[in-house]
Amino acid sequence: MKQFIGFFRKEFIHIIRDFRSLMILLLMPVIMMLIFGYAINMDIKNAGIAIMDMSGDDMTREISDKILSSGYFELNEVISDQSRVEELFKEGKVKEVLVFEQDFARKYNSEGVAKVQILADASDPNNANMLVNYTNGIIANYLIQKQFSEFLPLQVQSRFRYNENLESVYMFVPGLIALLAMLISTMMTSISITREKENGTMEAILVSPLKPWQIVLGKVAPYAFIALSNLIVILLMGTFVFGVPYRGNLFLLLAVCILFILMALSLGILISTISSNQLMAMIISMVGLLLPTILLSGYIFPIENMPDWLQYISHIFPARYFITALKAVMLKGLGFLYIWKEILIIFGMMMLFLGVSIKKFKIRLA
Amino acid sequence: MDKERIIIVKDLVKRFGDFTANDHLNFEVYKGEIFGFLGANGAGKTTAMKILCGLSKPTSGEANIAGLDIYKDTHNIRKIIGYMSQRFSLYEDLTVYENIRFFAGIYGIRGKEFKKKVQKLIEKLNIQNVAHTLVGAIPLGWKQKLAFSIAMFHEPPIVFLDEPTSGVDPHTRRQFWEMIYQAAEEGVTVFVTTHYMDEAEYCDRVSIMDHGKIAALDTPAKLRETAGAVNMNDVFLKLVRPQKAEL
Repeated sequence: MKQFIGFFRKEFIHIIRDFRSLMILLLMPVIMMLIFGYAINMDIKNAGIAIMDMSGDDMTREISDKILSSGYFELNEVISDQSRVEELFKEGKVKEVLVFEQDFARKYNSEGVAKVQILADASDPNNANMLVNYTNGIIANYLIQKQFSEFLPLQVQSRFRYNENLESVYMFVPGLIALLAMLISTMMTSISITREKENGTMEAILVSPLKPWQIVLGKVAPYAFIALSNLIVILLMGTFVFGVPYRGNLFLLLAVCILFILMALSLGILISTISSNQLMAMIISMVGLLLPTILLSGYIFPIENMPDWLQYISHIFPARYFITALKAVMLKGLGFLYIWKEILIIFGMMMLFLGVSIKKFKIRLA
Repeated sequence: MDKERIIIVKDLVKRFGDFTANDHLNFEVYKGEIFGFLGANGAGKTTAMKILCGLSKPTSGEANIAGLDIYKDTHNIRKIIGYMSQRFSLYEDLTVYENIRFFAGIYGIRGKEFKKKVQKLIEKLNIQNVAHTLVGAIPLGWKQKLAFSIAMFHEPPIVFLDEPTSGVDPHTRRQFWEMIYQAAEEGVTVFVTTHYMDEAEYCDRVSIMDHGKIAALDTPAKLRETAGAVNMNDVFLKLVRPQKAEL
């Protein structure tokens, strides 16, 4: 135990004297949480819109009002000339233009067909798609109300379970825990162990009476401690700043997080046994783990939308299972029985990484 | 000879794939002597030393340190040896004091015992004014002395020094050897590798390694005598590269 205090103290001195590591460890979780919580917002609010109303009757005005009062759009300009549409899009002020044909209400009443055109700026395809869908929905709603006046024969009600207000931050809490566990536990550990190898200090520790497991534990324990404190910061910020609910068993939630951190630490040890210098350890951690954790774990991009081959690849990244499990416990309040598969996979990966590390370590000694 | 043998090596072999780094080494080291391991780079000096320190496992053969078998008693061997590598093994971003504290800690020296010893060491090395300076900022010669003192901090009866003077100027090297002498006078067995031929003169006995084999082993005086050479450099050239020496 006393040996670990020595390691702890030494490792903390390393971190404190290295400005970059200090920043990564202390500020990263807070900054990332704030960025993901406030800045990254997938919903659309107040998108600029222009309306070209060539009819100017009650009906077109009613539809326009409904669209503008929906909260999704903000009127930027009323235009009368088709050529202005191109200009507006190019200026980037409006994302959508609505064009009502001439004699809209008259045609609707006499011919039964009236035309409205929706033009969207698809230089951002997702956004354009969402805006057009919103507009379509509002117009369709208007039509149903107009046809059946008071009484609606078909009533559609939708609810977004587990995240009623579609807050993006709910999704980012599990993702961020995974990302930071990877960053601190895997990257920092592998770099700090390879640094000792590079500087020859590892040899000095290896010739001491410390047993290999004590050395590994001594190196890993400080980072495990930091990862745990970051975990707590994220969880607390999640609930107190962003109101993320923790519906499941808090003990299970913590257990899953701790298991993931332990897995990330074993991965860090493994990387340090296969890389000969700090740069290599960093590149493996960054390119090989951090990026796929962000891109392929379902953290930002839904796995279901990926091509099959990429979906298969996503299976090898532990963060995928962690995020699935954590979402289930955190947002849906599910118990162990629903996530035992994910827990087993993460545990298996941890054992695999540890096993290979021990083997590599022995080969190096021989 | 009635000297006590503290290191006994028999038929020690170490192979890395097809390359034989140590080819049937046989030698003994006596208690309290300065035993030099001489040879060109890649002759297998460091490999042999690493095996004795337990940093590497031999392919075959036997070795015994203070009665402890290197296969079975690795853990106990580690308690009684000190080791200093050519890279000095210090943390540059830690202060002199913090380095001593960390390495003392892994040998279980802490509390009052540590405070007393560290005080003595700082006085002995005369480094009071840099005790709280980062190691990265002190001169190479001081680092070298510090590394040696740290290797000796837990008072091991045997110390292994792997090219401890490489890259250091002659004056500092001389000073460093004085520290080695002092340790030897206190009864410590010093096992030192070097590729500086002049340093071989400082050793009690020297073993000259060439291509994984021990080419000669004796006191510097006898080696000179048998080879008919004026200094160790000549001895080395005649033994290791006979063809070249004749030219």
